Amino acid sequence: MSEQYVLQMQNIMKIYGNGVVANEDVSLTLKKGEIHSLLGENGAGKSTLMKVLFGIETPDSGKIILNGEETTIKSPMDAISKGIGMVHQHFMLVPSLTVAENIILGVEPKNGLFIDMKKAVDEARRIAEQYNFDIDVTAKVEEIPVGVKQKVEILKALYRGADILILDEPTAVLTPQETDELFVQLEKLRADGHTIIFISHKLDEIKRICNRATIMRNGRSMGTYEVSEISTDDMSKLMVGREVVLTFDKKPPVLKEVMLSVRDLTVHNAQGVLKVDKLSFDLKGGEILGIAGVEGNGQSELINTLTAINKSYSGDIFIKGADIRQDTVKGVRDRKMGHIPEDRMTSGCAGNLSIRENMFSNQYTDPAYSGKFLLKTKVLAQRAAELVKEYLVKCKNPEQNVGMLSGGNIQKVIVAREFSIGPDIIIANQPTRGIDVGAAEFIRRRLLEYRDAGCAVILVSADLNEVFSLSDRLAVMYKGKFSGLFTDVGSVTEEQLGQYMLGLRHDDELGGAVYER
Amino acid sequence: MLRLFFSPDFVIAILRATTPILFATLAAGVAAKAGICNMALEGIMLFSALFGVIFSHITGSWLAALVLTCVCGGIIGLILAFFILNLKTDEILAAIAINLTATGGTVLLLLAFSGDRGSSTFSTVSAPAFGGVNIMTVLALLMVAVMHLFLYKTPLGLQIRSVGENKNAAESVGVKSIRTQYIALILSGVLCACGGYFLSGGYMNSFTKNMQSGRGFIALAASEMGANTPIGGFAVAMLFGIAQAVGNQLQLTSIPVELIQMIPYATTLIGLAVFSYIVRKRKEKLAKG
Repeated sequence: MSEQYVLQMQNIMKIYGNGVVANEDVSLTLKKGEIHSLLGENGAGKSTLMKVLFGIETPDSGKIILNGEETTIKSPMDAISKGIGMVHQHFMLVPSLTVAENIILGVEPKNGLFIDMKKAVDEARRIAEQYNFDIDVTAKVEEIPVGVKQKVEILKALYRGADILILDEPTAVLTPQETDELFVQLEKLRADGHTIIFISHKLDEIKRICNRATIMRNGRSMGTYEVSEISTDDMSKLMVGREVVLTFDKKPPVLKEVMLSVRDLTVHNAQGVLKVDKLSFDLKGGEILGIAGVEGNGQSELINTLTAINKSYSGDIFIKGADIRQDTVKGVRDRKMGHIPEDRMTSGCAGNLSIRENMFSNQYTDPAYSGKFLLKTKVLAQRAAELVKEYLVKCKNPEQNVGMLSGGNIQKVIVAREFSIGPDIIIANQPTRGIDVGAAEFIRRRLLEYRDAGCAVILVSADLNEVFSLSDRLAVMYKGKFSGLFTDVGSVTEEQLGQYMLGLRHDDELGGAVYER
Repeated sequence: MLRLFFSPDFVIAILRATTPILFATLAAGVAAKAGICNMALEGIMLFSALFGVIFSHITGSWLAALVLTCVCGGIIGLILAFFILNLKTDEILAAIAINLTATGGTVLLLLAFSGDRGSSTFSTVSAPAFGGVNIMTVLALLMVAVMHLFLYKTPLGLQIRSVGENKNAAESVGVKSIRTQYIALILSGVLCACGGYFLSGGYMNSFTKNMQSGRGFIALAASEMGANTPIGGFAVAMLFGIAQAVGNQLQLTSIPVELIQMIPYATTLIGLAVFSYIVRKRKEKLAKG
């Protein structure tokens, strides 16, 4: 019976030093030659389980049976030597080295004292060909696109003889086309007898490529299922223990006056590269303008300019009719603009400060919170407690450091801060990236509530499902322009959107970006 | 005066002036490739200059003195590595500590050894020169090639460069990053010791306090400007060698000596400005292309 499994992790228990039970009696079995999904919210214990498997963490109890023999895995090197490879979410590559050098790093073929570079290149080429990876192994890693970098990571693992491959959210950084390519490759690896653990949040991808799925919630396994026999609804139910509503019951938008007007906005980045190219659009209160696009097509520069973080631009930006050219970041915020930044750790919060301090970093000068010289700490503490409750921030108390919270809860703190000023305009840049399904849904619902209350919202997101379900108008950004703008979001398909995102299609005449006055 | 600059003697003078800077530049480069800014070069150089004369006085052999000085340089590199890598001291602070220790420590050791506070008065054996070219100069030029081969053609060199650029990536494939950085810093110490040794055992024939006079810092700049590669560093070190040699020659003229002594440092400053301008332009060009 057990011979059909290449790997069995039985009753794994892992309790961290701070008393957090990360894995409780978790079991995972892998059949040879399957793609097995490990599914769960952030903090469900997937990463811990994989760290145990890859030798980064030692389990407190439980057994690992590899190829029928009980074993212990002491370190990542030990894991690699036992045929387990891991492709981390953040690539483990050295940018200035070539693909071949990255592949052989640590196991260099030698010729006397020196590296046998010819052999290294040949072997890298051989392994790339063997698995049908179309890669120039002499190219420097810093010069190749993200999708190819990921292939290099997979090749690295294969070169070290990996039979079992762990892929940690591999599609998070890929375009739809790159994802398709990856899936073809994974299917080939499966056909060759490799076993793949596929960690993902994306249910449709799991449906597409995985044979079985083990679902985790709160450090426990919720069971292993044949993917073909379980619906996505059931999967999400098991993950979060309640129905995740992927489609929102949206009321039709009630448009108010124009809150934001952008005319011929042009922005160059520090290197002088054109990032935003004569962009014009309007935004009214009561609507959500979704902006989709592959990262790096000017979304960040657009948002940084709208929020006055970047001051060098040509063209005009008006907030409620007022030119913001002379405004500072605070000046723009004083015009009742809330901004959820793209990267919550570097520009969204101060990790070493408390939840309370972070919640008021945009409004501590308000007379309600600050006297002439001193902050009104009692008022702040009380208000922070209210916000923690209102925004369902899971924490010990509002004095806890923000950096100690999970990603979803940090994001909730930021959202609470930006929304509590009673904004007229909300600029949400990747508001739900990398956070758990529950927190993401909460934030999306909040965005809709504010829209219904007459707030104007710009939503930049890489999550197509999110922009589809929330946007009233949907723009696709490509090379600094809107390559397409859809006023009837319901009629757009993902395929169409993908074509606009990759520049395969673009509309020269955009209908509906600018409202007639 | 022009005749001064176009004589074979002047070429030799340039090579002489380049040698200590070149050793230190290579030392800075290997540390930088491992991801550490070795600001302690200044102190290691000064210590080595003193150890060089003491060991040559004791052993009576320039070669034995060189080897022993290199061992000491390596040990200082090891101590620096221990502070930075094991005790997690800030690398700049650890380096400052070593540099300050060197400033005071060399005078103390000199006083204890010879009873003099300013310079060594005892007999020493300097490294031999052939046709005016010191053997240490030849060694320095040789080390450029050796370090290039080491960094770019050997497994350890590849590992040093990987650790310096992306420690996590290197560790994820089993490269022991701390061990690698230890090796790089020890090597850095040994190379720098060669430079220090030459200062008192070839460039001069005795030790004077603070005789490194900023060469360690100049070398840091030179290495940085040469993209921390041995060959790039060599080119820039030559430039500083020329500046130093020109300065030395001009001291024979009526130009105020204070102005002349400024030349190597002014060159460094101007060099750094030009360098960062070029880097910026190149980046802009890359971004546009």
